[in-house]
Amino acid sequence: MAKTAKITVDGKTYEVDATKNLLEVCLSLKLDLPYFCWHPAMGSVGACRQCAVKKFRDENDKVGKLFMACMEPIVDGMIISIQDAEAKEFRKGVIEWLMTNHPHDCPVCDEGGECHLQDMTVMTGHDYRRYRFKKRTYKNQYLGPFINHEMNRCIQCYRCVRYYRDYAGGKDFDVFGVHNTVYFGRHEDGVLENEFSGNLVEVCPTGVFTDKTLGKHYTRKWDQTYAPSICVHCSVGCNTIAAERYGLLRRVQSRYNGEVNGYFLCDRGRFGYEFVNSPKRIRKPLRKNKETRQFEELGSEDALKYIRKLLSDSKRIIGIGSARASLESNFTLLSFVEKQNFYWGESDRNIQLIQKQYDILRNGPARTPSLRDIEKCDVVIVLGEDLTNTAPMIALALRQSVRQEPVQSATPYRIPHWQDQAVRELTQDEKGPIFIATPLATRLDEISETYRAAADDIARLGFMVANSFSDRSPLVSGATDEQKKLSGKISEALKKAKRPLIIAGPSLQSEAVIEAAANIANAMITSGKTCELCFTVPEVNSMGMAMMDITHQGIESAFEALKNKPADTLIILENDLYRRAEEQAVDSFLGKFKNVIVLDYLENSTSLKADAVLSSGSFAESDGTFVNNEGRAQRFYQVYDAGENIKESWRWLRDIMLNSGLHEFGKWKILSDFTNALSKAMPVFDGINNITPPPGFRIAGEKIPREPFRYSGRTAMFANKSVHEPKPPEDIDSPLSFTMEGYRGKPPSSIIPFFWSPGWNSQQAINKYQIEIGGALHGGDPGKRLIEPKSGKTPAFFTKIPQAFSPRNGDWFVVPVYHIFGSEELSVNAPGINELTPKPYVMISSEDAGSLGLTSEKQIELEAQGKTYSLPAKLNLGLPKGLIGIPKGLPGMPEIKTGSWVRLKMG
Amino acid sequence: MDDKPLTKYIRTDQVPMDIKEYEHSGGYEALRKILKTMQPKDVMDAVKDSGLRGRGGAGFPTGMKWSFVPMGDNAPHPKYLVANGDEMEPGTFKDRLLLESAPHQLIEGMIISAYAIQADIAYVFIRGEYTLAAKIIQASLAEAYQAGYLGKNILGSGFSLEMYVHTSIGRYMCGEETGLLNALEGKRANPRAKPPFPQSSGLFGKPTIVNNIETLSNIPHIMNNGGEWFKKLSLTGEGGTKLYGASGKVKKPGLWELPLGVTLRELLEEHAGGMKDGFKLKGLLPGGASTDFLTEEHLDVNMDFTNVGKAGSRLGTGTIIVMDDKTCPVGFVHNLEAFFAQESCGWCTPCREGLPWVQRILNAIEEGNGEMRDLDILSYHTKYLGPGNTFCALAPGAMEPLQSGLKYFREDFERHIKEKRCPWRS
Amino acid sequence: MLTEEEKHEIEEEFKLYPYKSAAAIEALKVVQKHRRWVSDESIKDIAQLLGITPDELDSVATFYNLIYRKPVGRNVIHICNSVSCWVMGYESVLKHLIDHLGITYGQTSSDGRFTLLPVQCLGTCDHAPALMINGDLYRDLTPDIINSILEKYQ
Ligand SMILES: Cc1cc2nc3c(=O)[nH]c(=O)nc-3n(C[C@H](O)[C@H](O)[C@H](O)COP(=O)(O)O)c2cc1C
Ligand code: SF4
Ligand code: FES
Repeated sequence: MAKTAKITVDGKTYEVDATKNLLEVCLSLKLDLPYFCWHPAMGSVGACRQCAVKKFRDENDKVGKLFMACMEPIVDGMIISIQDAEAKEFRKGVIEWLMTNHPHDCPVCDEGGECHLQDMTVMTGHDYRRYRFKKRTYKNQYLGPFINHEMNRCIQCYRCVRYYRDYAGGKDFDVFGVHNTVYFGRHEDGVLENEFSGNLVEVCPTGVFTDKTLGKHYTRKWDQTYAPSICVHCSVGCNTIAAERYGLLRRVQSRYNGEVNGYFLCDRGRFGYEFVNSPKRIRKPLRKNKETRQFEELGSEDALKYIRKLLSDSKRIIGIGSARASLESNFTLLSFVEKQNFYWGESDRNIQLIQKQYDILRNGPARTPSLRDIEKCDVVIVLGEDLTNTAPMIALALRQSVRQEPVQSATPYRIPHWQDQAVRELTQDEKGPIFIATPLATRLDEISETYRAAADDIARLGFMVANSFSDRSPLVSGATDEQKKLSGKISEALKKAKRPLIIAGPSLQSEAVIEAAANIANAMITSGKTCELCFTVPEVNSMGMAMMDITHQGIESAFEALKNKPADTLIILENDLYRRAEEQAVDSFLGKFKNVIVLDYLENSTSLKADAVLSSGSFAESDGTFVNNEGRAQRFYQVYDAGENIKESWRWLRDIMLNSGLHEFGKWKILSDFTNALSKAMPVFDGINNITPPPGFRIAGEKIPREPFRYSGRTAMFANKSVHEPKPPEDIDSPLSFTMEGYRGKPPSSIIPFFWSPGWNSQQAINKYQIEIGGALHGGDPGKRLIEPKSGKTPAFFTKIPQAFSPRNGDWFVVPVYHIFGSEELSVNAPGINELTPKPYVMISSEDAGSLGLTSEKQIELEAQGKTYSLPAKLNLGLPKGLIGIPKGLPGMPEIKTGSWVRLKMG
Repeated sequence: MDDKPLTKYIRTDQVPMDIKEYEHSGGYEALRKILKTMQPKDVMDAVKDSGLRGRGGAGFPTGMKWSFVPMGDNAPHPKYLVANGDEMEPGTFKDRLLLESAPHQLIEGMIISAYAIQADIAYVFIRGEYTLAAKIIQASLAEAYQAGYLGKNILGSGFSLEMYVHTSIGRYMCGEETGLLNALEGKRANPRAKPPFPQSSGLFGKPTIVNNIETLSNIPHIMNNGGEWFKKLSLTGEGGTKLYGASGKVKKPGLWELPLGVTLRELLEEHAGGMKDGFKLKGLLPGGASTDFLTEEHLDVNMDFTNVGKAGSRLGTGTIIVMDDKTCPVGFVHNLEAFFAQESCGWCTPCREGLPWVQRILNAIEEGNGEMRDLDILSYHTKYLGPGNTFCALAPGAMEPLQSGLKYFREDFERHIKEKRCPWRS
Repeated sequence: MLTEEEKHEIEEEFKLYPYKSAAAIEALKVVQKHRRWVSDESIKDIAQLLGITPDELDSVATFYNLIYRKPVGRNVIHICNSVSCWVMGYESVLKHLIDHLGITYGQTSSDGRFTLLPVQCLGTCDHAPALMINGDLYRDLTPDIINSILEKYQ
């Protein structure tokens, strides 16, 4: 607490944080005070008038006056009353006013049962309707595949516009009209363009914006089974809550973690979950019939028997791990096949880059920031990453970082930082400095100064900046005037920064970009400044893989290794090799094995080639640990028991090992046995066992229930099959139970399955789980940082500066283009995401297109690595001459190597 | 000396003087004088001494308002001055006269005021319906630029000022000073939180003064004749004259410049000529739609800020709306509340939802569908839509005629309900 | 598509403000002056010129009274319905207009000649009732003088 003050609330005196507003302070004190327009991440605007309290001038003042708590700064000695009769009557009145037009359609509203408006209505005690006139009605809009719109329920708290526009930077959403017919939506029907639109569902206090995907398989909040989970769709590791009923995953919500995603998620993270319900799911083990080449389903016992048969005459088994699989699964595979036969199923190139990033963070002085830290940085340099598409929540965090500097400027005006509207008026559109160097335009360009160039030139710019802080970072010769001017400007901004941050990553497949980023941070630190360094990585557990004590060989190495020393069995863990390497190479690789065994949950090109497939659990049916790009180990838990045919990959692998006579693995029974073994074998992971309470953990002798205690219908759920209520499944791996029975208080922060508190049925119940509003959860924010900077050590500087990029006549240099919707393997299988996924294309600069006489959508023939592809052209204004953009991972898009040269032929 | 400074330059035909005529009659003398002989602070002090209170409705002391503007070398720039000519308060028609008939007086007042706060840019904010006023101000501005009263280095003083006209597109909230700033920024005219006050963070986040047209039109005269003179103009010591007006069923509706503090009786009986034949006074709103009713018993009240306040209402804009005995008080209040409900910006709950409710209840009562408990609901609103409970002053203003209407004409409300009809309608 | 003239007039307004979008209200007025109303298409065109999105501009356009987002007739009658005009009997004038033109609030006569709209206090209460046609003010109205006023607007 920075500055504290003593205040009296209803006769009791408290010591509170004087930098906060009265509403936040009351909520932090766990006092119930209703509110609508205020949001902890967005500050106060005083519009709804719901948070009224009585304020008294001094002890002698018995009358007092109503004030809006969210707009009141804390003053030492302040005397207020929440319980004052007039304050209560006014607050009740506010609900009554809001209800004059509210349709009261709770029974058919998706928000029912987790509605902030319902909660506040009950809290204020409004129950009897005096208004006897007609209500206004609105037309609703089509807003795309994610969000449902039902404007009649609107209570005009203005949170949605403030979130969408001010917080998330969206532009295609606003408030229209005036007086009691204000309307929140788009200028015309259409898909919401902002990549963070899903948060509207949680930001809206009632049922105006609801989760359309949930609506398609709707279940009430109290009827869902929940588990704390981790988003698997990028490397940021946002904390999520996943929910199930009847074996169907129903939705994903954000799980507050003060250090990571806070209150929000990106749309890929929120709506990508539907891949779990995809028809492409592998729900039973499969065996390929040798004659028909068709898959046949097996029971789990039979599957294990079959695999034992396959393995019994194997001489050498190769294992391929995966960065979308948990530490535990990779470790178990590694233990089985042994280090020398284990390959990280990622391209050699990527591994090299990720490994380099890890080494920089591990050995260097720069600290890797959490998402929350990123929000607090005031000057940011992004080298080579289109963050909205590669690590979306970092992009959202940067929209907050650019406010750091302007918000500070409100201090001399004595405008408190939480006074959102006033701060925005004062600072207008001012933004703190952020510089983005990428080949292609990014969504964040509008808040930043940009530099469009090829990777090598981006790296050169970075090296120039580094050199301006320390001679130990080499001088760049032959810089252009543009580069000189820009690097000078960047250096200036960095010098003034209080909390600078450099962001880079492997997206452009350029070592130089990563090295330049490291040099800037290291040069700043050696020159006595601070600097944080953030790297993105490709997948949810890429950083975990980099940290593992393995030989760090990738897919091409595996291809190579096989040439020297043949093997007969291949076990592939949750990995589609066709996304990692060229089709022919993978074909020939797989062809060299007698047995190919795949563990996965979605059918893909690789699984189709397997002789046997074991049906692994997706994140929703598995427990495990991921390490995010920050180096934070985080645990996820299965939401529901999917039966004996779907198991965590680590459990399948253990069973295989036992079956193969490796009896020593018999002692690996539950998750913690695996994590224990892992941290013993690899000390970097020391302590990951304790990031969640052990499975034996009980409160008052009870487990933590995955289901709310109002969970209904259990006795009837399976009555169509049997009238006997089945015995609920047991969870041996965690302190969570699969039912509604258990401890009803607040669980430890790392195993919160859902947020609920008496009187707080909506997500806003989060307030009750935080020490201070918007701060850490009680018991600390979950996860454990495994990488901390080495202070005091003089860092090593990188010295190799690449040549400037020069375009070639007739050839084009491939740069990758990432799509938040489409580039990620799992989420494209969610129907909503799939709908927004672009069709394959190639991107060419408008300038080059002009000289080639090319127009948009025209087919071009592209010759790469001896093959010809015909794809429609997309023209791009910003792309530098000589570069060609190839989208990554889109369904139907051939894998064309980043950083190679390709040739074009006009169709 | 002039006892009617505000209208001194207004010709009987109300056609505005051009700049030559204005100068000839003594116009721009004050500006020349202050630019030569006075520091900004002197101007500010002179206005403070005069006791001038804002004529926009709230009556805030003008000099004091100005003194909150950051001054000196470190003050943020550009600073702004805005003349509030939105005049949309029902029953109010005073600023129109000053805009249409004494444009240079306003412009001179604005330049002097801008000098006092060292503003760089000034806007004349005119409501969209005042098309003639906008034309006249636009033309007069051109003249003033031509004559060197505006632009760079005015009259060689080193002081520079740009002045523009902004014509609005219709919303009562544009008159509320922070709503006005949003409108000027090309946004929705929602009000802003105070603090921070516009004086420190106003238009485009910069220090800004918003003053009413009439307030600013007084400035040249105060500069010419001094604060003492100004104080003496008023009858009760609050300073200056005031444009008073009357509308409704009076013999001579109109607008008059009179010493601040004339009695209601004089205003009504002398200047407005008393009630039209066959009509009796039932009640009146002393200063526009958002003031409390006064009645016969208040006729000896002096029409200044303090005394009207003591009588339970507000001076407001000083233009009275007369309600006669043949006009239904419920219908009268209904008309007002319909206006306020329509003009609510939709930002805060009590106003956005409460006013339409009030309007519908009044409509129901007027239509003969009222219920006794409706009166309680109306009273409830007058209590909880009061100052501080809503975001800005629109809703509290709306409650003033309602609460006083319920107080003075309760029987009429009850009669409507009991008889299930409007007794004033045949 | 905005005409060159419209563009030019809007660009002139940019000079009055520190940034373009602050001229949103002026820009809407310019287009309405030329086209009588502001269509969805115009919203898009103006927004582009101001460097904002149609959503942002429409948010402003729909807030105010005097921007028409639906077509209006060649002449727009704004009749004051505020308190002084009400006291002075504007309702008889309104009734006359409704009967004579066969349209009520928000409607346009079938020949496209008039659109009838209410307006808040026109600030000429001492000469109530009052109305405005295309910005021309008429005061001290009685039903019998209305027709001769309308005559001037074809
Ligand atoms: C809803 C509302 C409408 C207002 N309309 C006007 C107006 O049209 N003209 C005006 O001068 N003041 C109006 N005011 C008062 C202004 O907010 C502000 O107090 C005034 O312009 C300050 O000028 P003054 O100090 O010279 O009186 C209005 C206030 C409210 C709450
Ligand atoms: S009182 Fe509230 S809704 Fe009414 S105009 Fe003011 S801010 Fe808008
Ligand atoms: S939460 Fe305080 S006014 Fe809305």
